[in-house]
Amino acid sequence: MERDDLIVNDSYALNAHHSDAEGAKIRSKIWKVTALLTLLTIVEVGMGVYFKRSEDFSWTAIKWTFIFLTLVKAGYIVMVFMHLGDERKNLRRVILAPYILFILYLIFIAIREGFGHMDAFNTFH
Amino acid sequence: MGGEATKAISKEVLWGGGRSPFSVSYGKMMMWYFLVSDALTFGGLLTAYGFARAGSTEAWPIGEQVFRALPGVEGEYPLMYVALMTFILIISSVTMVMAVEAGHRNDKRGVVAWLAATVVGGLIFLGSQAWEWSHFIHGSGGSFLTQTEVTVAAEDGTSVTVPAGTPVYMDHHFGDLAAKWLEGSPDVELAEHGAEVHFTENGAHGSHEAHLHEVRLNKYVENETKVLGAEATKLWNARSANFTFGANLHDSEYAVQQTYSNFFFFITGFHGFHVFSGVVINLIVLIMAINGVFERRKHYETVEKVGLYWHFVDLVWVFVFTFFYLI
Repeated sequence: MERDDLIVNDSYALNAHHSDAEGAKIRSKIWKVTALLTLLTIVEVGMGVYFKRSEDFSWTAIKWTFIFLTLVKAGYIVMVFMHLGDERKNLRRVILAPYILFILYLIFIAIREGFGHMDAFNTFH
Repeated sequence: MGGEATKAISKEVLWGGGRSPFSVSYGKMMMWYFLVSDALTFGGLLTAYGFARAGSTEAWPIGEQVFRALPGVEGEYPLMYVALMTFILIISSVTMVMAVEAGHRNDKRGVVAWLAATVVGGLIFLGSQAWEWSHFIHGSGGSFLTQTEVTVAAEDGTSVTVPAGTPVYMDHHFGDLAAKWLEGSPDVELAEHGAEVHFTENGAHGSHEAHLHEVRLNKYVENETKVLGAEATKLWNARSANFTFGANLHDSEYAVQQTYSNFFFFITGFHGFHVFSGVVINLIVLIMAINGVFERRKHYETVEKVGLYWHFVDLVWVFVFTFFYLI
């Protein structure tokens, strides 16, 4: 039976050497992602400078746009620059799933408690 | 049952136990585990920032008001410097991924050149951060607290009632001399002629004056208001002895809450420490590459592993940029 755990024949294995043609393909992908990351950063800064803060819906929408753009950037950095996207699917899940699970819970509980603290302060002072 | 090989397999591509889970080398796997734990640390810090901010009962400083200075240039450029730092870090991440790519082609010259560029990018980022810290610590003019309630006309003509204990922000020419004057510098004199207030500094290279032309209210939060000329003098005359310049661990001109500066120092400082250690590790790997260590090993996986760490540093900055500066 063939073993499926060997570090061979994967594109980032120890003994996997890329040819010049493969290298050129990877490099062109890198430059495309660079252009995209730069563009997204410019869009974020432009929005941050242009839009005024207010308590209404528009600032909430802008904040969520920032978070969405950040997650897109993070996704490209992790999947392409750190080439987690080229690793085995089970490695990808072992790295990402626990992190996402823990951090979502942490964010939920901390922000909720933060607002709870403010409400308590405003009620009793 | 994963199945056993019938032929002999080189030990180099297996872990000590004779297997290689997830089909990656041991070192790369452990680097990923380390990065997950480090990401939880940064996630915890940024979430703590969110907690403090959500629970704050005072207005919280906003990034485009606090960070709007550029080195050596007068005027206001909100977020431009931070955007530049972000760009530098993204570019140094790109040069790192190019070094990894060159490594997979066993291209030693490429690895050395791109890795050297990455080290330079890291050093430029650290230098930028040093300037930003210095600017944050020294502040841009400082503030004084009012002692009594004052009603002034703002720049746009509206009447503003300023309660006692409100911070009033000076511009940096006037504030710099005010700081020296408060320290009791013999070279700085305060002159007050009715509505006209100015400091004169007599230095080795002649004297120069700074006039109280303009002060601001709510400088670092929403609804920034400028107060000019004689109206600014009214606020100056109502000043208490309580001045604040920049920020340190006890005092901050940016916010009523000390937590804001503390989070700035801790989050960007902890990230900067990661950048610093990344530069050191990159430098070590660069020297190893120049000495041909990886040519003898016949693979450049070490470059890939430090590359993972370096991209992680960039990744963290992307989040710090959004949650500390933008939102």
